[in-house]
Amino acid sequence: MIEVKELKKGFGGDELVLKGISTTFEKGKTNLIIGQSGSGKTVFLKCLLGLFRPTEGRILYDGQAYSELSPENQRTLREQMGMVFQGSALFDSMSVEENIMFPLKMFTKQRKAERRERANEVIKRVNLLNANNKLPSEISGGMQKRVAIARAIVNNPKYLFCDEPNSGLDPRTATLIDNLIQEITHEYEITTIINTHDMNSVMEIGEKIVFLQKGHLAWEGSKDTIFRADNDDVTNFVYSSDLFKKVREAVIKDS
Amino acid sequence: MGYLREIGLYIMMLKGVFIKPTKTSVLRNLILKEIDDLIIGSLGIVCFISFFVGGVVAIQTALNMDNPILPKSLIGFASRQSIILEFAPTFISIIMAGKVGSFITSSIGTMRVTEQIDALEVMGINSLNYLVFPKIVAMLFYPFVIAIAMFLGILGGYTAAVLGGFATGDQFIQGLQEDFVPFQLVYAFIKTFIFALLLATIPSYFGYYMKGGALEVGKASTTSFVWTSVFIILSNYLITQLLLS
Repeated sequence: MIEVKELKKGFGGDELVLKGISTTFEKGKTNLIIGQSGSGKTVFLKCLLGLFRPTEGRILYDGQAYSELSPENQRTLREQMGMVFQGSALFDSMSVEENIMFPLKMFTKQRKAERRERANEVIKRVNLLNANNKLPSEISGGMQKRVAIARAIVNNPKYLFCDEPNSGLDPRTATLIDNLIQEITHEYEITTIINTHDMNSVMEIGEKIVFLQKGHLAWEGSKDTIFRADNDDVTNFVYSSDLFKKVREAVIKDS
Repeated sequence: MGYLREIGLYIMMLKGVFIKPTKTSVLRNLILKEIDDLIIGSLGIVCFISFFVGGVVAIQTALNMDNPILPKSLIGFASRQSIILEFAPTFISIIMAGKVGSFITSSIGTMRVTEQIDALEVMGINSLNYLVFPKIVAMLFYPFVIAIAMFLGILGGYTAAVLGGFATGDQFIQGLQEDFVPFQLVYAFIKTFIFALLLATIPSYFGYYMKGGALEVGKASTTSFVWTSVFIILSNYLITQLLLS
């Protein structure tokens, strides 16, 4: 579980990017951070990842504040984090298998055979077949995302962060990737936080949704309650596409 | 103020390179890969340029010796002095700023653009140590490249002088041995060592701190070449002033 308490983040100027966010991301759930471009989603995610130090406030990872830990414990906490980047961020010079084995090589004393065995377990889990020896440039965008997910979970992380995990993918592959992340979250009891502005993802896997607006937490709820959100910013965001306008009409008609 | 900030950031980067080291077994492989990319991969072009420029230096010297009183051994002497003192360490380093420097900037810059550096940081890896330290260690082998450049430059000069009929082999070798000051070789390798550090770190700085996309990677490579060359030339002047004057 990750608890965020009165988180503020600025970059030296008068204006704060995050203006006091408090929320909780629960274990074993897919937690989504949504909001328009410029709402502070990426800065929030980078604070959660420990890449940005909060200006004020605390982030507690199962009760431990990253900034208050010793360097050794910070390192241990980092090893418990997995990250899926928007562009996958796979290492170009390494094969698929080497990319997945990389965290094991860096942080464990496992021998190569053991690392390979673990890598193949997660490769199987993310349904990535016959790609072990290929370079990232030789596989499709969807497969690259699977490799990124496999690399993120190979170390059995307690926290999984995903930045726009299905951007640039066709709708079917995007749904498969969303579902894969949700399955993994439930299966391994991970605290998963996904940064997205894709309403399909919200409706597919949004067990908890945090809506950011101009650095504030404007609304939080789940995919079941978002259509009835009593907040104009959320309503404008959710019903910005014709498809969801029609969904809304259907919801109103039903009720 | 902008330049001061950049210099400060460069110094901070150097500090960052030496803290929180990467696992030794991983680092060893990275160093070997960098030696292959930066040193072994540059040998071909260095050998080619050194041999032919050495030849040109000998021919130019011979053609400009109008006075018949001047001994033919001067061709060997002049070739040796220009190759050991300036051509091999400085001229080759400028070429390496283009070849190795651009490679370093573009490879690190591409990693920055494609979030691979962020991926390393998220995993708790000191990306500066992981990316830059192996390059610095690999470039410690750079003096060997320059030694080869010196040898081939002189060999090129000898070949051109003898085959072109400008001097006999004995005359050229006699020139090579005349008034030889061993400290000049020490001076050449001291500056080669400094250039090696500049060649590894300045392009790394431009790649690591670049912002933007693919177009900016290209721009960063060009900027890196310009600044690496500027610092090589400036440090060459300073070292020469300090050690030889």
